[in-house]
Amino acid sequence: MIAFVNHFSFEFRSGIRNKQMLLMNYLFPLGFYLMMGFIMPAINPPFRQSIIPAMVVFSILAATLLGLPDPLVNARENGVFRNYKINGIPSSSILAIPAMTTMLHLVLVTAIIIITAPLLFDAPLPQNWFASILVFLAMSFACAGLGVLIGVVSPNSRMSVLWSQVVFVPSMLLGGLMIPNNLLPDVAAKIAQLLPATQAMNAFNGLAMDGVADFSPWGSVAVLISSGVFAFALSAYLFSWDNRNSTRRGNPALAFLVFLPSVIGIFTL
Amino acid sequence: MDPVIEIRDFSKTYGDFVAVNRISLDVMPGEIFGLLGPNGAGKTSTLECLEGLRAPSCGSLRVAGLDPARDFKKLKNIIGVQLQSSGMPEAITPVEAMKFFCAYHAVSPRFDLLDRLALNEKRDTAFYELSAGQQRRLVLALAAAHKPQILFLDEPTAGLDVASRVELHDLMRELQAGGTTIILATHDMAEADEMSDRVAILLGGNIATVGTPMEITAAGAGLTKISVHTQNSCISDPNLTFPAVDRCVVKDEYMIYYSHDIGPTLTAIIEFIHLQADTLIDLRVERPSLEDRFLEITGKGTIP
Repeated sequence: MIAFVNHFSFEFRSGIRNKQMLLMNYLFPLGFYLMMGFIMPAINPPFRQSIIPAMVVFSILAATLLGLPDPLVNARENGVFRNYKINGIPSSSILAIPAMTTMLHLVLVTAIIIITAPLLFDAPLPQNWFASILVFLAMSFACAGLGVLIGVVSPNSRMSVLWSQVVFVPSMLLGGLMIPNNLLPDVAAKIAQLLPATQAMNAFNGLAMDGVADFSPWGSVAVLISSGVFAFALSAYLFSWDNRNSTRRGNPALAFLVFLPSVIGIFTL
Repeated sequence: MDPVIEIRDFSKTYGDFVAVNRISLDVMPGEIFGLLGPNGAGKTSTLECLEGLRAPSCGSLRVAGLDPARDFKKLKNIIGVQLQSSGMPEAITPVEAMKFFCAYHAVSPRFDLLDRLALNEKRDTAFYELSAGQQRRLVLALAAAHKPQILFLDEPTAGLDVASRVELHDLMRELQAGGTTIILATHDMAEADEMSDRVAILLGGNIATVGTPMEITAAGAGLTKISVHTQNSCISDPNLTFPAVDRCVVKDEYMIYYSHDIGPTLTAIIEFIHLQADTLIDLRVERPSLEDRFLEITGKGTIP
């Protein structure tokens, strides 16, 4: 337990001390939130209604998809995991603790957004706080799992950036943050359901913000939670301690199984 | 006494490349055992298999009676490892690192080791801001913090200044006196000669030779260097011949003879000085060093 607390405490402080992680956990999401909050309602007045869920989802995407994979890849490349292995640090801690500390940073960022958005931008607060917390946790869990999985399967930093962008950029365009899902063409709307952001925005709208969901919001929560479970299970299975002369337990292409719950969701929700 | 490390017919291959080729070796408890060899000789592969980081391709390894590949969880409190690359998170401070690793070994943090290795002033400095020497000292402190039975040190003094190196050697002797077995992989022959009870020289994945530094140097064909300085320089004629001398050179006020049999050479030199009624000011006899022997073995590229 002491080991876990020490590890958690160190990782949490790294999230503030490390400039790259500070940027992804706090500066980028909050900077983007302020920029969007000042600009978007003037261009698109209905955006005011979804500032809080959209910016919370954006913060989660930035901190997990852009912030989590690279430190994992660097640590593996620099022999940190080898050192951890020799000292008996389990792979489960290596994977879970950065995800948990990132979620804790996200709680702080979300609190800042929820407190300031009504004051600065006259944004409405969630109607159902329990559902808001549930959707936040489900989305954080799913994206943290995805970020960890990208870190585990990427052979180097360049590939981790590429895979992160493959999810992050479509999430921004099609995930319902800027353009509501119901305004997308049917095919694009269906494809967008592969993205955690779409599921989270749908669940926020249907369960927390007193809006209208485009498809089953509880189904979205279920997809997010099961995606997170898949992502962490695949990360644990595909994890390797170092890059040198080591054989991975499974083919990295297995990582695509993380989208299985979303694919099932497309046909069932 | 049973060996603390037993290596039997151990091989490690990577695809078609044979890094280590069926070597056998014993290391006794409390020994400082030097592992020498040029780059690519198989030192790191051997160490990594002993540390449990890799599985052997064939043969058997026992470390404190355990199979490193299978009993890895039991091994973690028995061994301490200083890797060649630091393997530390960039943002961690020495104090955090000591708490972090000691907690996973379920022992109290050894802050005294930070003090001992002159890291106290840097205890709250991020790892990436430490100098290379400070980083190595921290990694060593962490490897020794849980008082391991066996300590693996891979190039421990690379990048260290003289004072830190002396401190490290003192710490190694202290650990040895406390019963710790130390496996020392190094390119520093003087360090291996000074610190090791026995050394093995690896070459091309095979053991070229193993023994005490004295045994290894004595077995070579190296010449003993005899430096002589007399008051009246009676010996300064390079045309003088003495038994068993292969060549001689003049350097400063010294005549330097390279002998393949020092007994007759020394006797003849001293007799000659006496006959010339000269006075001996300085006489130095230097046996071939471990480095000379290492170069002799590795230079040949074959196992003698």
